[in-house]
Amino acid sequence: MKHTTWHRRAAAGAFLALLLCPVTGYAIQLSGYPLMRAPVNLNNRASLQRGARTFVNYCMGCHTLQYLRWSRLGRDLRLNKRALRELMFLQTKPTQMMLNAMPAREATRWFGAAPPDLSVMVDQKGVNWVYTYLQSFYLDPNRPTGVNNAAFYRVAMPDPFWQVQGLQKLVFRKTRENGGTVNRFVRFVLVTPGTRSPASFRRMVGNLTNFLYYAGHPDELKRVHLGIWVIAFLVAFTVFAYLLKREYWKDVHRKHPHEK
Amino acid sequence: MNQCEPVPNARTGWGGRLFGWIDARFPLSKLWRSQVSEYYAPINFNFWYFFGSIALLILVNQIVTGIFLAMSYQPNAHLAFGSVQYIMRDVHWGWLIRYLHTTGASLFFAVIYLHMFRGLLYGSYKKPRELLWIIGMLIYVCLMAEAFMGYLLPWGQMSYWGAVVITSLFGAIPWIGSHLEIWIRGDFGISGATLNRFFALHVVAIPLLLLFLVVCHLMALHEVGSNNPDGIEIHENLDDQGKPVDGVPFHPYYTVKDLFGVGVFLVVFALIAFYAPTLHGFFIERNNFKPANFLQTPPDIRPLWYFTPYYAVLRSFPNKEFGVSAFALAIVLLFLMPWIDRHPIKSFRYRAPMYRILLGVFAATFLFLGYIGIQPATLFWQKMGLRIAELYFLFFITAWLYARRPSRRALLVTFFAALAGVLLLDWRFYLASIAPLIWRTLVIPVAYLVLFYLVPLLWPDGLRDRTVPQRVTFR
Repeated sequence: MKHTTWHRRAAAGAFLALLLCPVTGYAIQLSGYPLMRAPVNLNNRASLQRGARTFVNYCMGCHTLQYLRWSRLGRDLRLNKRALRELMFLQTKPTQMMLNAMPAREATRWFGAAPPDLSVMVDQKGVNWVYTYLQSFYLDPNRPTGVNNAAFYRVAMPDPFWQVQGLQKLVFRKTRENGGTVNRFVRFVLVTPGTRSPASFRRMVGNLTNFLYYAGHPDELKRVHLGIWVIAFLVAFTVFAYLLKREYWKDVHRKHPHEK
Repeated sequence: MNQCEPVPNARTGWGGRLFGWIDARFPLSKLWRSQVSEYYAPINFNFWYFFGSIALLILVNQIVTGIFLAMSYQPNAHLAFGSVQYIMRDVHWGWLIRYLHTTGASLFFAVIYLHMFRGLLYGSYKKPRELLWIIGMLIYVCLMAEAFMGYLLPWGQMSYWGAVVITSLFGAIPWIGSHLEIWIRGDFGISGATLNRFFALHVVAIPLLLLFLVVCHLMALHEVGSNNPDGIEIHENLDDQGKPVDGVPFHPYYTVKDLFGVGVFLVVFALIAFYAPTLHGFFIERNNFKPANFLQTPPDIRPLWYFTPYYAVLRSFPNKEFGVSAFALAIVLLFLMPWIDRHPIKSFRYRAPMYRILLGVFAATFLFLGYIGIQPATLFWQKMGLRIAELYFLFFITAWLYARRPSRRALLVTFFAALAGVLLLDWRFYLASIAPLIWRTLVIPVAYLVLFYLVPLLWPDGLRDRTVPQRVTFR
């Protein structure tokens, strides 16, 4: 019977969400924080390869790409056997999915929520959001991880790039918006410099975002090239179909010459 | 004229003998002649007449791609989400098959909406085509059920919560509601049981029903003949051979013309399927890339774009019973169109200027409702939804009134009655906190009522119909 209550509550919750959205909505903690434009370009293979390396080195300890195979990655990114083996440091087989060794149950205990699979994260959150999010960690002593995120308030994830990016501080001011007080984003100030320059770090995150975009739709590599041929054929087909139609309809125009 | 007819009359050669053999046992050439090569269609079909054949093409596309998707899809709450990704990545051409299916689903609705609006423009629901229109509306309702059930199958967050919201609508029915809700879901909430039954309904039951209804739609059409942009019956003007003067055989004239329409449509289709398959969240929503989680309600639950006009109507009432009734009424009224607009002139071309404005405003109303349905459910959009929903329903009242030339008294009485109805709704859902919003948006229905009920008092010519020509106009 406990089960029943849960489902009932879920259904009631859906309806309440439907009706109460205007009242509760998303508690927007930081306003005026713009999304940056992610440099997505699947034709830039070097960028995808670098992104894959960053993913394996910085993300894969916790996150998986459970719908992408190592072999597919190697083929699409034109990695030779040695390069692919260097990426696969968990001794898995190339035909296996890009999984990690973190047990989800333990992870839930450590972080409060298991790190999500990132296969389709870019489609879920938007590519610009992912690009912005990865650069938006700032120091917040009230958080257990010591950092908060300007694009994702009270995020459970620690800052994976604190060494390369350095640590930054959020500068904001309090303003009144829509009848409430909100923190308006002003800027970030780098407190401790990282091992990379800001520009170099931004490139690194750009490559990673590009790679995650690829991981969301590996078909796109083929799709955009195939599309040109398909559309060229269809346009030619349409032209011939039009000529055929005009030829046949000459009869009708001859038969009804004086109509308006 | 019929040189390219594939049915040879002379039974020579092995092909001819084969056809002869079949014809002696099955009315193949008889069917071909009666339904295609000697089915006379008016010569003056325009742009709006492409969408019937395109809809048929999409139906075939959905069935064929659907069969291939069903070969790899797993209708199981634990496997469904992953199996869709498996199709996208590991099945040969799986991504193409799925994108053709998702793009086809959305474009099916786009094409059906245009096809239905064509019916409104040219009065294609009027005598003798009432049943044709009703069968078409049944197809539309089946299509909505088909799309709704298919949308649960990827088992994403929007699939799940969309199904929670829509199935909970049945709970608003008095007495039997809560039992009906559980009966439809097969569980107390949306669960694996619901997924399995929706899969069965989506791939077997409703497609069979759809195909049956489409055949009925075509049979009814071929019984009464096609309407045309002038709304003149071509079968009333026959030549000495008994064939319509202003008609041409469907094949080859309209088969080649539709081939051109199909070509243009396929270019648009391919552009979306290859270059923008999610169409920025309009064809595949972002939140659906997150696996279903019954413990986490998304902040915004909304259906795909083709349901948003009705969703806006549903959402604009702060009371579930009212919302569901309005939603149902919005669809039922379309069924009744042949008995609402009883005007003898079919095509809007020869109807009075005020009626033409009315149709244009109705189209705008529907599009705007669709836009409102996409917006977050703030009080402002909820109130706007109510205002535009009022215009949606007022269309049917106005169309009914305009069907016979209304007297000054009828216009005035309806004006005050409709105004009273609008104010009654406001009184019923009055909230002191949004009083300024209520008063400010009241201008929308009032402006509508002034335009369609008071302006004709000052401008009687606005209600004067034009003369219908004897023959169809053809450029």
